Amino acid sequence: MKKRGWGSVALNAPYTVWSVIFIVVPLFIVGYYAFTDKNGAFTFANIIELKEYGDIFVTSVWYSVLATVICLLISYPFAYFLSRQSEQSRRLQMMLVMLPMWMNLLIRTYSWMNILEKNGIINNLLAGIGLEPIKMIGTPGAVIFGMVYNYLPYMILPIYTVMSKIEPSLLEAAEDLGCNGFNKMRRVIMPLSLPGVISGITMVFVPSVSTFYISQKLGDGKIMLVGDAIERQMQAAYNYNLGASISLVLMIMIIISMAVMNKFSDEEGGLVI
Amino acid sequence: MKTFGKIFNTCVYILLYAPLLIMVFFSFNESKSTSVFTGFSLKWYLELFSKSDIIEALSNTLILAVLSALIATVLGTVAAVGLYKMRSKFIYNTMNTVTNLPMMNPDIVTGVSLMLLFVFAGRLLGFAEYLSFWTLLIAHITFNLPYVILNVLPKLRQTDVSLYEAAMDLGCTPIKAFFKVIMPAIMPGVVSGALMAFTLSLDDFVISYYTTGADFQTLPLKIFAMTKKTVKPDMYALSSLIFITILVLLIVINVLQEKSERKLKGEFNKK
Amino acid sequence: MKRYTAILLALLMIVSMFTFASCGSANDTVENLEATYSQEYAGTTLNVFNWGEYISDGSEGSLDVNKAFENATGIKVNYSNYDSNEAMYAKMKSEAVSYDVVIPSDYMIERLINENMLQKIDMSKITNYKNISDEYKGLYFDENDEYSVPYSVGMVGLIYNTTMVDGTPDSWSIMWDGKYKDNILTFNNPRDAFAISQFLLGIDLNTTDKADWDKAADKLKEQNKVLQGKVMDQVFNKMQGGNAAIAPYYAGDFLTMQSINEDLAFVYPKEGTNIFVDSACIPANAKNYEAALMYINFLLEPEVALANAEYICYATPNMAVLNNEEYSLKDSEVLYPAEENKPKTQYFHDLDADIRSYYEKLWEDILRES
Repeated sequence: MKKRGWGSVALNAPYTVWSVIFIVVPLFIVGYYAFTDKNGAFTFANIIELKEYGDIFVTSVWYSVLATVICLLISYPFAYFLSRQSEQSRRLQMMLVMLPMWMNLLIRTYSWMNILEKNGIINNLLAGIGLEPIKMIGTPGAVIFGMVYNYLPYMILPIYTVMSKIEPSLLEAAEDLGCNGFNKMRRVIMPLSLPGVISGITMVFVPSVSTFYISQKLGDGKIMLVGDAIERQMQAAYNYNLGASISLVLMIMIIISMAVMNKFSDEEGGLVI
Repeated sequence: MKTFGKIFNTCVYILLYAPLLIMVFFSFNESKSTSVFTGFSLKWYLELFSKSDIIEALSNTLILAVLSALIATVLGTVAAVGLYKMRSKFIYNTMNTVTNLPMMNPDIVTGVSLMLLFVFAGRLLGFAEYLSFWTLLIAHITFNLPYVILNVLPKLRQTDVSLYEAAMDLGCTPIKAFFKVIMPAIMPGVVSGALMAFTLSLDDFVISYYTTGADFQTLPLKIFAMTKKTVKPDMYALSSLIFITILVLLIVINVLQEKSERKLKGEFNKK
Repeated sequence: MKRYTAILLALLMIVSMFTFASCGSANDTVENLEATYSQEYAGTTLNVFNWGEYISDGSEGSLDVNKAFENATGIKVNYSNYDSNEAMYAKMKSEAVSYDVVIPSDYMIERLINENMLQKIDMSKITNYKNISDEYKGLYFDENDEYSVPYSVGMVGLIYNTTMVDGTPDSWSIMWDGKYKDNILTFNNPRDAFAISQFLLGIDLNTTDKADWDKAADKLKEQNKVLQGKVMDQVFNKMQGGNAAIAPYYAGDFLTMQSINEDLAFVYPKEGTNIFVDSACIPANAKNYEAALMYINFLLEPEVALANAEYICYATPNMAVLNNEEYSLKDSEVLYPAEENKPKTQYFHDLDADIRSYYEKLWEDILRES
């Protein structure tokens, strides 16, 4: 496929300059701290210390993967049903999906605590119908739930925007060619919506690996994720060196997994274009 | 299938809005508690009117969110187009990774590293104040950019490039062809990118803490600093007020537009 | 596009509505103070950095201290907040912003002085310093009272729910009692959590002996089995809603919780407890030193200190407030225990970086096992 020149350099220049100054340079600052000690001398000590964090890395990645999968399972049908509605209602609903996230994270989290606490709303309802209370706050389930809740719109919107573009005529054609509902989904809608799904996965998985607030509040401080560890080193312990090195390794891990995903999406993406 | 879709989507909305209902409920609480309801009162709403600092923080938050979302959307859309056009696979992948970096770092690492950068640059350039509204704005644009790009790129991939080429063959300048052909096609992605950027900026606390100066405070900064103690219900009242205003407004605009569209259609059918 | 413009306009409307309404309705002048403060520095700005929710701000008819100061002196106050000593330190240390007044706690002041980050306060200008109780003069971190002026004081105590706990606990050991499994909370920060196990074991809070820290850490690991969670601000909602039976927190905050849940009670355990003093200081890189002195002095004015003491709900070191009949908390046994009921107390000291990273590491182990 041929793409004609749109003045590629001119298009890329502002963003390239911006990202070099405000993304790459800070990255070097993080790198500097990761490989130096308190006095500024070069050292690998911080990196070596990271072997103790292996289990935390695994837990964080595992929880984020679960949260991403759940988000995808909810968002995909949601976006599909949304894209079938009238244009009027679709525009309204795009806002409605995002609106809850305009309220303060702290207030939203406190409200969830009201709902999920030991004497919270759900357990009161359960008691009302004579059931045993369930322990929710302080469990891994609550932390994953918090991630799902807070990142759900970031999965819905990109999937919805690509799905809204799929021509109904294309689906009709598929039906005419003998596709049933399942095949229509698998052969037409899925490949066409893949770029949106990839964006959504990125925007849910990447930030949820490094979250700290949700796990602290909904996990009752009992579930330590890598975001907590970094936050504690950077702030309470005032150890930028260790904090930076954990963060650097986290970054490399995410980059590798993204690269794997990109490779996968490029192959599939070829089908799309 | 249709009814199932309706039920499913309604359930998702219930999930999304459940904590906001709790928030509105406790904003009417008589006592300072946000977990035990002791009686109905409007006092937290009345209280808002006497607090100039909260109002200043609110307008600061809005100014920052609108400006940073706007700039990030323009910059990000241009960048996405540039990225999409990139011929070299290697540069494309590198740029893509760099784009995602601000999302990968925990907020505190982004915040601290930007603060150190601003201090360093400020010293170098001899500024009197190292942090200000402008550094805060730069920080917000930076963490908004990946979200805009990630929303626009999939739409670009969907766009038929031959249409653009056809427009140019028919005598459009590249810029005109872009605005006539490409822009309408990617608009939903641009809008959802802008929406996300606005949302993220509205609710950011950690990065803002490290990059703002002494004279510019936002609402999240105020609310999170309350955690030495606990959040007061006046914040619940303020959030509820904003929430309900927007919700009502959205629905009103929607109804009005639907009416006018129906009218248009009716006239069209008559002719 | 219309839709978004309309929403923005609506938001701006809310803002402007408040701006008009807010004119002059707050209680923001202190009579007879205006005359005693000069307008010499009118037009300058003062950067104040304080804890969140730690100053009377005009709500519920209270005095808006910053407004009152602006009215009395013509100095513009830029007021910003932090939520922990460490967050404040990170921002001060980077020298990114030059604050004129900061209000850290004792051990942090010790660290700031050691690192030459504070400057001496010209006490001759702080005419209200005489209001400070002798009890809070010459404290360990500032023995000659050169760098800090006490602002607010507090002690940690044990909060418990009388409907869930049998009898009257008098020892920290109840926080290890298996009978209350899953109903016990503790602090989610190492220094405060360690302090409880250190008191119980009779170890000095500021010990530099690593074996002592190990012992305290083992005790905390043992506690993990009975804990519901490690919390900070969530403690309010949890204790108010009866979601937990036992939690350690600050005395002043207990009063807030009790006003909502009457079943809550408070005790200072017999092993002793941690005391803290938050004091006003002037950073070395302050740009408006004279105005900072005026502000600190203003905080000590009897009316201002009274408003702050009522609002913050912590104990005040200001004698003018304690002797004021109007002060509603003056007879509170929780804030001001009688001489014979006073608990043994110990301050936190600033520990060196080595010990700090040692206990941080122990803390991470404790968290991991919970």
